[in-house]
Amino acid sequence: MPTSVMPESGRPAPEEPPPARSRMTPRSMLLWAAVALLGAIGWGVLALARGEEISAVWLVVAALGSYAIAYRFYSRFIARRVLKPDDRRATPAERLEDGVDFQPTDRRVLLGHHFAAIAGAGPLVGPVLAAQMGYLPGTLWIVAGVIFAGAVQDMVVLFLSMRRDGKSLGQMAREEIGRAGGAAALIAVFAIMIILLGVLALVVVNALAHSPWGTFSVAMTIPIALFMGFWLHRIRPGRVVETSLIGVALLLLAIVGGSWVQESSLADTFTLSPTTLVFCLVGYGFVASVLPVWMLLAPRDYLSTFMKIGTIALLAVGVIVAAPVLRTDAVSDFASSGTGPVFAGSLFPFLFITIACGALSGFHALVASGTTPKLIQKESQVRMIGYGAMLMESFVAIMALIAAATLEPGLYYAMNAPAGLLGTTAESASQAVAGLGFTITPDQLTQAAKAVEEQTLIARSGGAPTLAVGMSEIFSGVFGGSAMKAFWYHFAIMFEALFILTTVDAGTRVGRFMLQDMLGNVWKPIGRVNWKPGIWLCSALVVAAWGYFLHSGATDPLGGINQLFPLFGIANQLLAAIALTVCTTVLVKSGRLRFAWVTGVPLAWVVAITFTAGWQKIFSADPRVGFFAQRERYADGIDAGQVLPPAKSLDDMHTVVTNSTVDGVLIALFLLLVAVVMVNAAVVCVRAVRSPVPLPTTETPYVESRIDLPEQSAEPLAGART
Amino acid sequence: MSVRRWARAVRWYLRELTGEAQYDRYCERHLRHHPLAPVPTPREYEALRARHREDHPQSRCC
Repeated sequence: MPTSVMPESGRPAPEEPPPARSRMTPRSMLLWAAVALLGAIGWGVLALARGEEISAVWLVVAALGSYAIAYRFYSRFIARRVLKPDDRRATPAERLEDGVDFQPTDRRVLLGHHFAAIAGAGPLVGPVLAAQMGYLPGTLWIVAGVIFAGAVQDMVVLFLSMRRDGKSLGQMAREEIGRAGGAAALIAVFAIMIILLGVLALVVVNALAHSPWGTFSVAMTIPIALFMGFWLHRIRPGRVVETSLIGVALLLLAIVGGSWVQESSLADTFTLSPTTLVFCLVGYGFVASVLPVWMLLAPRDYLSTFMKIGTIALLAVGVIVAAPVLRTDAVSDFASSGTGPVFAGSLFPFLFITIACGALSGFHALVASGTTPKLIQKESQVRMIGYGAMLMESFVAIMALIAAATLEPGLYYAMNAPAGLLGTTAESASQAVAGLGFTITPDQLTQAAKAVEEQTLIARSGGAPTLAVGMSEIFSGVFGGSAMKAFWYHFAIMFEALFILTTVDAGTRVGRFMLQDMLGNVWKPIGRVNWKPGIWLCSALVVAAWGYFLHSGATDPLGGINQLFPLFGIANQLLAAIALTVCTTVLVKSGRLRFAWVTGVPLAWVVAITFTAGWQKIFSADPRVGFFAQRERYADGIDAGQVLPPAKSLDDMHTVVTNSTVDGVLIALFLLLVAVVMVNAAVVCVRAVRSPVPLPTTETPYVESRIDLPEQSAEPLAGART
Repeated sequence: MSVRRWARAVRWYLRELTGEAQYDRYCERHLRHHPLAPVPTPREYEALRARHREDHPQSRCC
């Protein structure tokens, strides 16, 4: 590993750029003042209006205004003062160009790539669950979180990785922090990924259980992808756009076909219980991860990218045109009491843990230190690609929140409270919802299910069905009217399932590579990437690992989402803590201590929320919050021979005991691993501050760029269409 | 902007985004570096790309 002792900001180039302090023209001042005013009005309406109906458009206005200001000013500040990208310096894409991994890519195309890689089901699901606390806390965190934490993390990680030839987060942790921190980071990344895959798969299981329409249309994505794979590989090689368009058309047909299947004799074949679906998904995950990529994974990925961009654009249009009214309270009672049925615990820290991806997502650090940095044409583009793409993702989260907040609260709780609380009939659910302080009549509940042609909407937790109902309301208001409601509902379910299954495919494969890499240190043959038994064994291990969590979630008597979603959120946010630790360490090591707050403050915040949440999950005496308190309660019940509801049998009681023990131990393990990384990083930072000369960094040395900039403006943004 | 220019821009973007345009660039590069060797056919290139993807899994986010 060549290390240079050059300080990161040092540059052998003879001339420093002129002090970049461009004055704003009066016109742009006026424009930005108007944008700021608009955003402020949006926030003002949201904050001040009470007891009257507010249009969701104000949420959009507040969010977009804030994003624009943040992008124009804060991301510019980070670029100019902290990171100091230099467009005269060749990027790895230019220096190492090989036509495959490394190649300068148009910034707009790369933005699309990067966005498709980071956007997934997370920002759709988290905000829906967080709507339990009202729309205001969620909106505030999604917007503030992305501006000061999420987008900053993505941009800085992207920049650091770009300056290191596209090294992964794990490699950067090892080289910048140390062996112990690096090893802990690697294990944490792997373990966290397993939990993410398990919980995401659970969202799919909950969305498809007992829904023949949904199950059929999602199952059809497999033959469609196989067909696309053959078409692309054998019949019309390389015609990706054409193939994807055919795929999308077939997909829409599959959604329409689901409605016929539901009415036909095939309905029973596609009506599956959660447990059956778990085994289907596990089997599918294994097969998909060992099949050649061109057969299933690659075509699915194209399909998912098209659907992602198309549906998100459609949703944005829908929200603006339909302008639905927000029905939930701005701040609900559950925000302060912490007794909400969807997820337990108080606003701090659990709101932040639940929203996760739409505001700050640790997983993005893996993408930002993977393919994207190897494709950047000019250094200054990290701002648009890193910061900009994350703002877009945050906007997706805002729209998911709107979809949930425009539902009748009674219906929202009837769909999202645990099954144990709601029972199985419309009457019992209606009563349970009344017990929570909301109203929905049994008739309304049945009608709502009928409108989207589902057997039931009771206890369809996981976020996806709720979002789908919300989206179907919004879409049918704009396109097709109420007759199209069922179509749009299943369209939304399909769209989320497609995202998640693509993540599961790709994640299993990435996990398998990581496992092979780790085990390869112990036993060489298993590390070989083309030794089939090694591939099968490692794939099976990874699938079994997430399959375990999926199964335990699907069969959990207390409601899998209720139990596992906090674990998912904590895991994701801890990954962000690792990424922000690496960023802060590099800033300190490279002599930028005075700007270390840029990543240091979000780091402190994310540590505060994850460690508080983790602490409560481990030590809280409230059995609804603390895993071990829950374990004790049910273990005592077993000793006394009692069955405590919502458990229905002693077997259920044992399941609860096992699950809460596993979950509690895992959280403790995660916190420990992240603590190791941070302590190691703190030692390095102290050493860096005390050292009279800058510590060596692993940044690659300066090489002059030979790609011309179109114009050397005050704000150079290169990357012309060629 | 005229409809045709829009259509061209959309087509360009989709071809770039999906990597379809990759092949043209690959051929151009191949000719630059190995002017005498024949360029791979689209089919061969697709196989190359698939093999590369096989060894470089990319995580999709949650």
